[in-house]
Amino acid sequence: MEIARHWRLQQQRYGLVGEQCNHCGMKLFPPRDVCPECAQEAKELYRFSGKGEVFSYATVFDAPAGYEGTTPYTVGLVKLEEGPLVTAQLTDVDNDGVEIGMQVEMVTRKLREDGDQGMLVYGYKFRPCLRNEAGLLT
Amino acid sequence: MSAVIEVFIAGTGHTAVGEHWGISLRHLAWEAIGPALQAAQLKKPDAIFVGNMLAARISEQQNLGALLADFCGLRGTEAVTVEAAGASGGAAMRQALLALRSGEIRTALVVGVEKTTDKVGADVTSAVAAGADSDWELAQGATAPAIAALIMRRYMHEHGVHLEQFAGFAVNSHANACVNADAMFRNVLDATRYAQAGMVASPVNVLDSAPDADGAAALVLTAGTGQLRPGLRVRVAASSLATDTLAVHDRRDVLVFAAAKLSAQRALQQAGLAPDQIDLAELYDRFSVFAALSLEACGFAQRGEGWRLAANGAIGRSGRLPISTFGGLKARGNPGGATGVYQLVEVTRQLAGTAEANQVVGAKWGLAQCLGSSGATAVTHILQGVESN
Repeated sequence: MEIARHWRLQQQRYGLVGEQCNHCGMKLFPPRDVCPECAQEAKELYRFSGKGEVFSYATVFDAPAGYEGTTPYTVGLVKLEEGPLVTAQLTDVDNDGVEIGMQVEMVTRKLREDGDQGMLVYGYKFRPCLRNEAGLLT
Repeated sequence: MSAVIEVFIAGTGHTAVGEHWGISLRHLAWEAIGPALQAAQLKKPDAIFVGNMLAARISEQQNLGALLADFCGLRGTEAVTVEAAGASGGAAMRQALLALRSGEIRTALVVGVEKTTDKVGADVTSAVAAGADSDWELAQGATAPAIAALIMRRYMHEHGVHLEQFAGFAVNSHANACVNADAMFRNVLDATRYAQAGMVASPVNVLDSAPDADGAAALVLTAGTGQLRPGLRVRVAASSLATDTLAVHDRRDVLVFAAAKLSAQRALQQAGLAPDQIDLAELYDRFSVFAALSLEACGFAQRGEGWRLAANGAIGRSGRLPISTFGGLKARGNPGGATGVYQLVEVTRQLAGTAEANQVVGAKWGLAQCLGSSGATAVTHILQGVESN
């Protein structure tokens, strides 16, 4: 069991809470406390909007332990609108329906399960945006 | 400042790469260590540096330094494991070199050993992936091939390259492995079969991916030439280790292997060479796109052009820059933390003129570069073949 290891990341996994650097303005996800741009301390929390676009993607056929149940699934590099790239699964979309540049938004989903008696780990995934720029359902 | 202590390779040993179901990690290591010590005519090295990445998870075994010193009749010898995922073997070499150059020791044994077959399936996939970022990549179900696939998809998108145009890497590796009795995959591969291969993590297919394997390789290093027999000698001309972000998504440019670039530039500078003076290179072709990016990082190709060297035959044994001359990770096989030592043994054999059917004729300068996970650690060594008096 790895309860503490997942529990301590709950703000990031459920809320996409990162940091911003008050010295150079850089937005950081995941939080890392030291800004990689200017090497100064960056500890102010910043909640990301959860909007972004697909920068790259890959469909996984050979899953690691804990992820076999959903194979095949698609992992993406998502470019958040505030700048950072995140590695995240894409969901609510066919594996062959993903394209680079596709607009996506963050949702909370089950990431992994450790057997019948084990823990379920939830976290962020990204799905195609349900609303267009005018805020209308597409 | 005193003169730099020159380091030479006095002996090598290695096992066949493959699935050694009947042999344990310690026996496997001895099969490489014994011949290396014998070739160097050395009974006991001053220190042992072990390169390994998976034993703790796959064989439930740590403390390999003590294990191997004891098992190989070297009880009492200083010994330690060096871990840097897929770069462990190169990193062990680097640490041995630093120790020799410090003057504290005069001889060193570098051994890379890996037993991946003590577990199978998803457990191995997870163990191998642990070289990447556990909290922010692996928690999302990303595997080593998946991370390589994210890079490859973007490479194809930005540089306008099609899947079939990567075929030359696997085709070259298999062609070279065919004449290497110790290689894992000794079958000829053609571009058609490559294009039809099943996906591991699309767009990375089975033939883009190196097989995880068992193997052990060893080198004996000496400070100065005192213990060497006359004849063709192999000198360590340059050594450099650099790091990049662990997670690929944290990179400013995901299509540049920055650590590989930095370590290659430093190594070339130490050796006083330009990239076009390198006669052959053993690069970290764990995935086809890694081979392309490594060629670019070392200055053998411009950004976005590395794939062309495979497409136009430049990487063949008689080409402009032979790579993977014994089959590379792809076809010789990828014994994890031993891979970096295999590369160095192979370059040594090329420069000593003992590469047999895999010989690159007239090779004087060889480069070996291994990577930890997707280029987070990179170790580059340049070896030189020199005639002694």
